[in-house]
Amino acid sequence: MKPHLQYTNNGNLRHFLSIEDLQKETLQQILTTADKFTQFGQREIKKLPLLRGHTVVNLFFENSSRTRTTFEIAAKRLSADVINLNPTTSSTSKGETLLDTINILEAMHTDLFVIRHAKSGVAELIARHVPDHVHIINAGDGQHAHPTQAMLDMFTIRQHKGPFNELRVAIVGDILHSRVARSQIHALNSLGVHEIRVVAPNSLLPSQIERLGVHAYNDLQKGLDGVDVVMMLRLQKERMQHAYIPSEQEYFNLYGLTTESLAAAAEDAIIMHPGPINRGLEISSEVADGPRSVILSQVTNGIAIRMAVMAMILGGEGNG
Amino acid sequence: MAELMNIHIRGGRIIDPANNIDSVVDLYIARGNIIALGGTPHGFTADKTIDAAKKIVCPGLVDLSVRMREPGQEYKATLKSECTAAIAGGITTSCCPPDTTPTIDTRAMANMLTHRGREIGLTHILPLGALTNALGGETLSDMHALHQAGCVAFSNANQAITNTMVMRRAMEYASSFDLLLILHANDPWLSDNGCMHEGEISTRLGLAGIPEAAETVIVARDLALIEQTGIRAHFARLSCARSVDLIMQARGRGLKVTADVAIHHLHLTEHDVADFNTLCRVIPPLRSERDKDSLRSAVAQGDIQAICSDHQPHERDAKLAAFSEAEPGISGLETLLPLGLKLVHEDVMSLNTLIASLSSGPAALLGIEAGSLGVGCLADICIFDLDEEWQVNSTKLLSKGNNTPFKHWLLKGRVSNTLLAGNIVYSRT
Repeated sequence: MKPHLQYTNNGNLRHFLSIEDLQKETLQQILTTADKFTQFGQREIKKLPLLRGHTVVNLFFENSSRTRTTFEIAAKRLSADVINLNPTTSSTSKGETLLDTINILEAMHTDLFVIRHAKSGVAELIARHVPDHVHIINAGDGQHAHPTQAMLDMFTIRQHKGPFNELRVAIVGDILHSRVARSQIHALNSLGVHEIRVVAPNSLLPSQIERLGVHAYNDLQKGLDGVDVVMMLRLQKERMQHAYIPSEQEYFNLYGLTTESLAAAAEDAIIMHPGPINRGLEISSEVADGPRSVILSQVTNGIAIRMAVMAMILGGEGNG
Repeated sequence: MAELMNIHIRGGRIIDPANNIDSVVDLYIARGNIIALGGTPHGFTADKTIDAAKKIVCPGLVDLSVRMREPGQEYKATLKSECTAAIAGGITTSCCPPDTTPTIDTRAMANMLTHRGREIGLTHILPLGALTNALGGETLSDMHALHQAGCVAFSNANQAITNTMVMRRAMEYASSFDLLLILHANDPWLSDNGCMHEGEISTRLGLAGIPEAAETVIVARDLALIEQTGIRAHFARLSCARSVDLIMQARGRGLKVTADVAIHHLHLTEHDVADFNTLCRVIPPLRSERDKDSLRSAVAQGDIQAICSDHQPHERDAKLAAFSEAEPGISGLETLLPLGLKLVHEDVMSLNTLIASLSSGPAALLGIEAGSLGVGCLADICIFDLDEEWQVNSTKLLSKGNNTPFKHWLLKGRVSNTLLAGNIVYSRT
C-alpha cells in the first residue's frame, strides 16, 4: 500500500484502511482525540454537531453486530446521518458489482463509507476508485486488517497500563486467520511496546510471522511468562474441519486461557478479547468475567475510537 | 494471402542460435523459404528489400503458452486480435493450451484451430491436446488421433491430475507414440484457495498463500513417474528455485525433461503484489526474490530451455475485484521480447541465449521445424531494434487484454518487422 492512499496532500487522514502504513503521530492523534470523546460520553446529552450534514453509510458485506453498532452510535453522536446496508456478499464479490454499489451510493452524496468485507483488500480496492471527497473506513477486510479494533485495543491498553514502551504483550490464538491480530501487531510495534509475542500451534501461525516484528511461541506457559497484556483471539469453530487443530478439547487444554494458565503472566496483567467470545474454547468464563478482564471496556472504547477516526477524516478534528 | 515475394533483408545482424550464426550478413527469401545467407543468389531479384542495418534479425519467436480465448471466451479476446498482438511481438509460432471451451480433446477442435490459424495467416497456431478428456483428470484423450490432427504436445493445462495412476497411464500411453507431455506442477490440496506466494507478503496482506511445496511436491512426483515410464516430458511455468534443482538432478540421471518459465517470473516477485495489485495475480504465483534470481540464472545457463509469455488476456472487470477473486494471468505477447531484452541489457544473459530461449529452445523441445534461419527453412523471421526505448502503454496494446503489470515500464528493444512464411505480416511504422 502506498502511504499517500490514506492521507490527503496536506497530510490529513483521508481514508482509514490499515495501520501498517500510518505514521505513529496519526495513531497518537487518534488516541488523544478519543480521550476527548470519552469524557464527553459520560455527559447526559451525548451529541456533538461535528458531522452535521454528513452522510455515513455502514456497508457491511459480512455480518457483524458489535462493530456495526458502535460505528452507528459513533456517527450518530457526531450528528451524522447514518444508513446501514448489508448487501449479500455473493452478488458483490466481483469488482464490477462491488464498485457499482459504491457508485450508486456515492451518487446519493455519501461522504463516508464504513466497509466490512470477507475478502482481503476490498477496502483498499474501493478507496482507489472513489473520488477525492469520498472517504473509506475499513471495518474489517478478510484476514488483512481491522484497524479500528486495533486502535480501540491500544486505547484500552493505555487506559489500564499506561505508557507502551515497557509493556510485554501476548496475542494468543488463531493468528493465521485473524485480521485483528495483524492490525494489533502493527499498532503495538508503531507505538513502541517492549515485546510482542504470538502464541499458537504452528498450524495457526502464518508464514514468516516473525517478519512482522513478533516472537512466536507454541507453548502458552512460556508465551505468557511475565506479560502485562494478554490479547485473546476468537477461534472459528470450523477450523477443526480443515485440519488446523484436532479438537476443541485439545485446543482448550493447550491454548485456553484459564486461571491456571494465566498464572504465568504478570500479576496485574489485563485480559482482552475482540469478541464474540467462545467460552470454554479459547477462554474460560472465570477469566473472561474476572477482575482482570477489560473486555467490556474495549466495547465502550470502541465508540470513542470510531468517533475519533470519523471526526479526523470528515471534521478535520485533530489535524493540527 | 498475398503473392509470395522475393525478399532481401539487408545489413542486419543475423542471430540464429540453432545454426551457431551471429554475424552481419544479408538474407534472401523466395517462395516463402530462406534461400541464402551472405551473397546474392544467382538470378535473385528482390521484389522487396528490408533495410535491417543496426537491427537484429532472428528466427520468429516460438511461444509455448498463448491463450487466444477463442473459442469460448471471445469477450476476452479473439484469435484475430491475439494473432495481431503476437506478430507485433515477433511471435510466429503460438502454442494454444487445451483449456479452451470446449477443450482441445477432439480432432475437430484441433483441426479448427490450425485451420483458423492458417486462414488468419499471421502466426502459426499449434494446438496442445488435452491429456485427459475435458481436462477432467480421469480418462485419457485420443492422443494419437489428436497428434495426427496437429497437436504438438499434450497437457492438462492448469488442471491437476490428482489420481497418480491416471498420470502414470497417461505417461505410459503417450510414451508408446513418443508424444511429449507438458506438465503444470501444482498440488491443488496444497494450493487450496491460495492466491499468492506463501510468505511474508501473504502474511501481511492476509491472503491465503500457495506454498512452494505445492509445486515441488508435484515436480518430484511426476519426475518419479517420468523415470519409470521413460516419457519425454516438459515442465511448464516453473516458479521455484527448488523445482529447477529437482529437474537438474533428474537430468543428471539421464531423464529427458525440459522446462520453461514465464517472462514475468523473471521480473516480478511477491513484493509486486504488496498493494493488492490484481494485475500481478498469476498462476503459479510470483515468488521470492531468491526464486526470481535462480530462475534467471537457470535460463542463462540453459537449465531452463524456454521463456514464454504465458499470455492470458482479460477484460477489465476480471481484474477489478478483490485480489483473491481476480482472474489470474497477464497479457504478455507484446512485452515478451522487450522484457527478455531487458535481461540482456542488465547482463543477466547473452543476447544469443535469450534468442535461443525464445526460438530454437522451445522449437527443439517441441520437435517442430521452427526457430531456425537455416537455408531451406520457412522464412519465419523477427527483426528488431535492440536499443529503441519505449514506454509500455497498456491502452495501446494490440491484444484485447490490456492487463499488464508492466504498464509505464521503460523498455529498450522493439520489434520492427515480422515475417511469416515469407510474408511481411507486421511492420511498425
